[in-house]
Amino acid sequence: MAGKVKWVTDIEKSVLINNFEKRGWVQVTENEDWNFYWMSVQTIRNVFSVETGYRLSDDQIVNHFPNHYELTRKDLMVKNIKRYRKELEKEGSPLAEKDESGKYLYLDFVPITYMLPADYNLFVEEFRKSPSSTWIMKPCGKAQGKGIFLINKLSQIKKWSRDSKTSSFMTQSTKEAYVISLYINNPLLIGGRKFDLRLYVLVSTYRPLRCYMYKLGFCRFCTVKYTPSTSELDNMFVHLTNVAIQKHGEDYNHIHGGKWAVNNLRLYLESTRGREVTGKLFDEIHWVIVQSLKAVAPVMNNDKHCFECYGYDIIIDDKLKPWLIEVNASPSLTSSTANDRILKYNLINDTLNIAVPNGEIPDCKWNKSPPKEVLGNYEILYDEELAQGDGADRELRSRPGQSLGPRGGRSRDSGRTVLTTWK
Amino acid sequence: MRKAQGSWEKRILKSLNSMCTELSIPLARKRPVGEQKELLNKWNEMGTDEPVLDLSLFRPVYAPKDFLEVLINLRNPNYENGDSHSFRTHLGLIQVPLKVKDIPELKEFFVELGLTAGQLGVDDSTQVPPELFENEHVRIGQKVLSEQDSAAAQQYIRQGSPTALRAELWALILNISSQPEDILYYEQLKTNVIQHDLLVDSLIYKDVKLTASNDDYYFVFEDYLYQVLLCFSRDTSVLGHFAYSSASPPKSYIRGKLGLEEYAVFYPPNGVIPFHGFSMYVAPLCFLYHEPSKLYQIFREMYVRFFFRLHSISSHPSGIVSLCLLFETLLQTYLPQLFYHLREIGAQPLRISFKWMVRAFSGYLATDQLLLLWDRILGYNSLEILAVLAAAVFAFRAVNLMEVTSLAAAEAVLADLSTLKVMPLLQIFLFATVT
Repeated sequence: MAGKVKWVTDIEKSVLINNFEKRGWVQVTENEDWNFYWMSVQTIRNVFSVETGYRLSDDQIVNHFPNHYELTRKDLMVKNIKRYRKELEKEGSPLAEKDESGKYLYLDFVPITYMLPADYNLFVEEFRKSPSSTWIMKPCGKAQGKGIFLINKLSQIKKWSRDSKTSSFMTQSTKEAYVISLYINNPLLIGGRKFDLRLYVLVSTYRPLRCYMYKLGFCRFCTVKYTPSTSELDNMFVHLTNVAIQKHGEDYNHIHGGKWAVNNLRLYLESTRGREVTGKLFDEIHWVIVQSLKAVAPVMNNDKHCFECYGYDIIIDDKLKPWLIEVNASPSLTSSTANDRILKYNLINDTLNIAVPNGEIPDCKWNKSPPKEVLGNYEILYDEELAQGDGADRELRSRPGQSLGPRGGRSRDSGRTVLTTWK
Repeated sequence: MRKAQGSWEKRILKSLNSMCTELSIPLARKRPVGEQKELLNKWNEMGTDEPVLDLSLFRPVYAPKDFLEVLINLRNPNYENGDSHSFRTHLGLIQVPLKVKDIPELKEFFVELGLTAGQLGVDDSTQVPPELFENEHVRIGQKVLSEQDSAAAQQYIRQGSPTALRAELWALILNISSQPEDILYYEQLKTNVIQHDLLVDSLIYKDVKLTASNDDYYFVFEDYLYQVLLCFSRDTSVLGHFAYSSASPPKSYIRGKLGLEEYAVFYPPNGVIPFHGFSMYVAPLCFLYHEPSKLYQIFREMYVRFFFRLHSISSHPSGIVSLCLLFETLLQTYLPQLFYHLREIGAQPLRISFKWMVRAFSGYLATDQLLLLWDRILGYNSLEILAVLAAAVFAFRAVNLMEVTSLAAAEAVLADLSTLKVMPLLQIFLFATVT
């Protein structure tokens, strides 16, 4: 069948396979000539590894960047953002402006984070400054909420101390790498429950940066009422919004799965808090995502065979400030409810329409500029080429919350196409 | 009409009493102190609390379709249809000859929805520049609010309310201002809930669990629904609305004193027995008000102004009987082919649209669209728009409906209204269809 896209995947999910089949693409195996490979993160490591890797030809596309972990590993993400901020500070960029207490005005969107065991002593110093604070421990390489726990006493993490007695029996490398972040104990609550946001972001190229935001993100609610009380620090149903965790709760509902469309969040906030603060919040969320991508863009291997669809996890606190928690390279394609299945099917559909134009055999030399009509439920989040075309001085004027031009500042139930406001 | 309402009420009460006897649960009992303390602690999370009784034992007292059967069988004994002057007999289910508006009258009544006026829900879409209508409309809304002019607000909201102003505008139109005495009154009701347990409470729990808890838009607000509805059933001030309703509050008697008027009490205290889907009247309001006593006040006012008419038998133009008749008449007059076809295949349109109207479309439309619809209910002080929208939905899906051959298939075509935009539908039906 000349001309039909040949696909491979090592992720057996119907939302993927149905999308390939509806395009009339042909399934092949890894060893044959393929054009499109939707691979797991383990496989991408093999494809690009020094020992087992192979060169991709011009008509082959894959769904991960070779070193995506610069963004999607919790410790590397924080490292890259810290580096990015320092660089901007050094060049005197107004983006790196700080307030009187030394906090970044525009780039403070990641909670204070340290790597353990490497930064243990630095962490202890910070901990002692506010000893009643709560911190969250997360293993660097795990997902779905596995291995996460909260602490409010130094004794709870003694074994990550560099001088701990146990270290003489273990080498540093076998102690699992963790990050410890200041826990956001004042999340915005709706109906008394904590939630986080899952937003899908598609990146087709890092240099120039071109990324798209999926309009149909959702909130993931905990099934149990939120309480910052120390007696409930062990109760993961109160604190962790991962569906993998919540679905084991007594009150988990299989019809809606605790998921609430982002449009509902917008309607609720605008109705109860007003238009300006809601618009500002969503502007800031877009800003945070773009800044995180810019932070890793210099170190990303911008391989032209690659695109990637990330799952961004964001928490909003009760002052309506968004915090970037983490970025997932392989957002779950499992459907927890009927609506979920439809959403993820459409997500993959729209992603493929952008990544593989016209559903034809790809040519990775193309300019990666899809026409507006194929975006589907995606909207352009940031297009570096377009932004630069508007004049370099835009960068200086662009701050979150400020709207530029007559089309700035509008909000819609169907999502905004106004990221021209602060570009 | 009153007679019919009276006998319907008797049926409901009988059903409630028999459930009570079957399950050996008293209609009301005082809570032991321990239970009171527990409920107080759990006041904000009743959704996750295990109710004392097993909810599976309860069934809703009635569902909308039971009510529809009663309405279908309404007959006016004084009405002689003998030698009818009109060639057209009414082919729908409602056989009571109430006066309803036709399209020319509706066009006049809903003149602000016309094609030459701006509308929120139409003229605020992304393709329309805000300078054309939206910006000015928002500015006027802010002015109306700053002047606290209730009548002006009601006129203004006919063209829709901006999202950010809606909560205040509705409060202004409904004359709700949260005074300290209102908050105190709500707290008093809350105390009543803590101290006494009513059988009706289990019905409320069950209803919320069956409807709002499973709803994609409203599940987040589950706990607010209990806080509002449990208090509502104890609010005797609601009895006031029976003065202008055709309904009467159900009466019950202290144990052992059946028939003795001195021992009669209204049950539940507010005189309203909830039916399946009742909690959906409150759910959309949770998007606007997150302070329980304000949410409560708004809901109570909406109920005694509008919603009570949707589940009682009367001849009022906004009563459910008139709405049903209006819907059927519109369909039969302006979409006769469709109406006839559906009737032929055993899919009387009212059987499908009844549940939409009884719930004022809550749970069927997307929330932002529902709120635009309820803006107009407030603006026109009438529920007739529900019937017009129902007819407009059928008109919109007419092509698909003409191809179905069973009631089930017709239901399937109309099962999902969540993508509909109500204002364009209404405008097309009222103002852009050749009649």
